[in-house]
Amino acid sequence: MEFSDSQIQRYSRHIILPEVGGKGQKKLLGAKVLLVGAGGLGCPVGYYLAAAGVGTIGLVDDDVVELSNLQRQIAHSTSTIGMPKVESAKRTFEALNPDVNVVALKGRLNKDNITGIIEEYDLVIDGSDNFPTRYLVNDACVLSRKPLVSGAILRFEGQVTTLIPHEGHCYRCLFEAPPPPGLVPSCQEAGVLGVLPGVIGALEATEALKIILGQGAPLKNALLIYNALSASFRKVKVPRNPKCPVCGENPTITELEDYDAGYCQMG
Amino acid sequence: MPEEVSNPMEEAERMENAGQKRNLDIRGLVCPYTFVKAKLAIEDMELGEVLEIVLDYPEAVHNIPKSMQDHGQKVLKVEQTGPKEWIIVVRKEKD
Repeated sequence: MEFSDSQIQRYSRHIILPEVGGKGQKKLLGAKVLLVGAGGLGCPVGYYLAAAGVGTIGLVDDDVVELSNLQRQIAHSTSTIGMPKVESAKRTFEALNPDVNVVALKGRLNKDNITGIIEEYDLVIDGSDNFPTRYLVNDACVLSRKPLVSGAILRFEGQVTTLIPHEGHCYRCLFEAPPPPGLVPSCQEAGVLGVLPGVIGALEATEALKIILGQGAPLKNALLIYNALSASFRKVKVPRNPKCPVCGENPTITELEDYDAGYCQMG
Repeated sequence: MPEEVSNPMEEAERMENAGQKRNLDIRGLVCPYTFVKAKLAIEDMELGEVLEIVLDYPEAVHNIPKSMQDHGQKVLKVEQTGPKEWIIVVRKEKD
């Protein structure tokens, strides 16, 4: 493809970078990224991927926009309250950049639909807010060998990690099984600083762009932890666990399961 | 800095393409689009090929050669050809 004059202007600051250039920008325009969640993390991740010109962004969420979301979910607005989040975010992202096709998937991922959905994409970004989805996405990405960028936030702290299945660690190497329902507070119970998902989402989007461009070192075998109150980043090594139930030498998880029972399912 | 060891395959490609010239007219454009256009043209070329750029934006007369060198390309010539017109000749050395 040839760039149009408006694309040359839009992406000029990318094209100038030796690590991106016209070739890298074309990779971004040809890339397909699946974004799980159109909430606190999904909004900034999708916003920056759209701005960067990632050509296809699949967006999965089953929720509608509520007033209480708007303190942090920047792709939605007062005028889209009540609208499905995937639809509200699609409008925002496509308005920012008409080069981008946002595939709005209103619904929830489960063991029966996830493999077919992620098959269509080059990489997956997890911006979900619950453990059942987090583990399901991890297991599906390991089994399908899809790179996965995973982020999480609570109160004033967030974390990001990048999983390259069978090369680096997976989420279960880090935390083998989901915590029991009720043990871990949700954002609803514990609160979250509105800007925090912006920081963590921007880091997730950065990891995704690096993978698409083939530049730099992803957060493979590492977990990056950000604390907003102390304004500090901590990078922790995460080795692969040879006994990991999904990516280890003798995996016990060879097909997907759902972990929904007992969890609060807030948006 | 150690001398860069040239790859025999790349060297062969350079020899094969040596002397082939492309032209790019960016008169009327200002920074950073002057360099953006020049860079896109270079990306589409083969190693060893030469690009002759005609421009009329004075600032770019300094900026393009500097950026091209930073990106590993060889600037062969910078010449004023009119009261407000210059040509810059660059050889592609790096993909």
